Amino acid sequence: MPISLEHVSFTYMKGTPFEKTALHDVNLQIEKGEFVAVIGHTGSGKSTLVQHLSGLLHPQKGSVCVDGVNLNAKNAAAKKARNSVGMVFQYPEHQIFAETVYEDIAFGPRNKGLTPEGTDRAVKDAMAFAGLDFETFAQRSPFRLSGGQMRRVAIAGVVAMEPDYLILDEPSAGLDPRARDEIFKEIMALYRKRGIAVILVTHNMEEAARYATRLLVVSDGRIILDGVPHEIFTNHKEELLKVSMDVPPVYKLAECLQEHGLNVKSTPELADLERQILKVRRSRHAD
Amino acid sequence: MLTDITLGQYYPGSSVIHGLDPRAKILATLLFIAAIFFAESMLSYGVLALFVAAVILLSRLPVLMVLRSVKPLWIIILLTLFIHAFTGEGSNVLYQYGFFRLTEEGLIMGIKMSLRLVFLLLISSILTFTTSPIVLTDGIESLLRPFKCIGVPAHELAMMMTIALRFIPTLIEETDRIIKAQTARGADFDSGSLLQRAKNMLPILIPLFISAFRRADELAIAMEARCYRGGEGRTRMHELVYKTGDFIALAIIVLLIAVLAVMRWGLGL
Repeated sequence: MPISLEHVSFTYMKGTPFEKTALHDVNLQIEKGEFVAVIGHTGSGKSTLVQHLSGLLHPQKGSVCVDGVNLNAKNAAAKKARNSVGMVFQYPEHQIFAETVYEDIAFGPRNKGLTPEGTDRAVKDAMAFAGLDFETFAQRSPFRLSGGQMRRVAIAGVVAMEPDYLILDEPSAGLDPRARDEIFKEIMALYRKRGIAVILVTHNMEEAARYATRLLVVSDGRIILDGVPHEIFTNHKEELLKVSMDVPPVYKLAECLQEHGLNVKSTPELADLERQILKVRRSRHAD
Repeated sequence: MLTDITLGQYYPGSSVIHGLDPRAKILATLLFIAAIFFAESMLSYGVLALFVAAVILLSRLPVLMVLRSVKPLWIIILLTLFIHAFTGEGSNVLYQYGFFRLTEEGLIMGIKMSLRLVFLLLISSILTFTTSPIVLTDGIESLLRPFKCIGVPAHELAMMMTIALRFIPTLIEETDRIIKAQTARGADFDSGSLLQRAKNMLPILIPLFISAFRRADELAIAMEARCYRGGEGRTRMHELVYKTGDFIALAIIVLLIAVLAVMRWGLGL
């Protein structure tokens, strides 16, 4: 069962001179098993959008339902529905507070009302997901870890709540390439294993092209493009440039080669493009 | 939402009062407070009231908004009125109920004292309504500079105030984000006993403190990287310069004091 937004509008500081409308009549459905990338320039409303998906902001108009339950309601069912959406904020390591890694990851499961045994299992699972060895890290202070490790502890803290929908706001910001690849490897493993929906907010077109099954482009509080990333990056370059977005470098390279008369197809994978180029070269040599 | 609040009470505008030099405004406010204590007769209170009304009109602020600044202290104002009214010396008893005795003299004294408080509040709120916090800090620094020789760290005080003001919105934003992040992890801040609720605040307070210290550290490095070494020999981008208007404003206040003094001692009004 999906997350669904119907006619959602939201305005910050309503009724003051600083009024700013962040969402205009947004309609959206996200099914379990989808990997959705949300892109948009700074201030486009994408953060406001994902905060609605997790029930942290309530729509001023319209409604947000998760598995058929309105998140805005004040009953136990709505609370359970909100807990089924996990949200990893930007720089999540800034929200770490506990004395040990174990305690910090256990915060969510305990709030969910799990038994001590259940919490223990959830923490162990989440640490295994994040590639943190239980024996080594469980009793260490999270503040003495490296930046990449702290980020994993923080993400594990959300994953430990076993959400059906996982929202990640720029999970790779400020990490080195290796830590970035590792975090995405873990997220992809979780996505494939548990069949959850992942909603990834990013500025990085390559991440959107490589991982997502669906791409949402947000501009001025509206979803202006919604489709398969490959299709959007090949056919809607003009629209993307107009809203200060861009296509991934590998698409640019393919386009450049096409302009030079090389018979290659656009692809999100660099390795795939390499194969095509080599093929063209071999066929030319043969001539 | 937390970030929806507006901080300070600066109300941007382009009136004569807004345009005055902050030092002139601070001095004028202090002088006016002194002038309040020169008033004795009901007539002189009328003069003060007229003056305050004129300043409010000149500042072109919404009148209701200025009057509302009295609201936070209304209990103290009422208490002042009643304590004076019921404990004042005097023979003209208006009303008596057992131990409590309301005298005419006491009532008049009470009204005067509460009026003093009201004037004081109004005039100092006009100062903060018409002067942005940063400009106000500049004014305070400039006024305190002569006291440096007796050890008043004028520049350092002003810098501390500026930094504190600058970081309030940032920290509010940060708090808002941390609250949301912990709420997303199922944290509950509104239920349980008082002790439990205080404990529930820890997941917000600890990250907030850590981030405040980190920001302080980063700011210190950034300031040092730009060769900040205190106020010695430092010039400023916006120099404060007294203009004719500022002298006129100060002259008017001095005149007000003179009028009140003459009314009290010269004419016996």
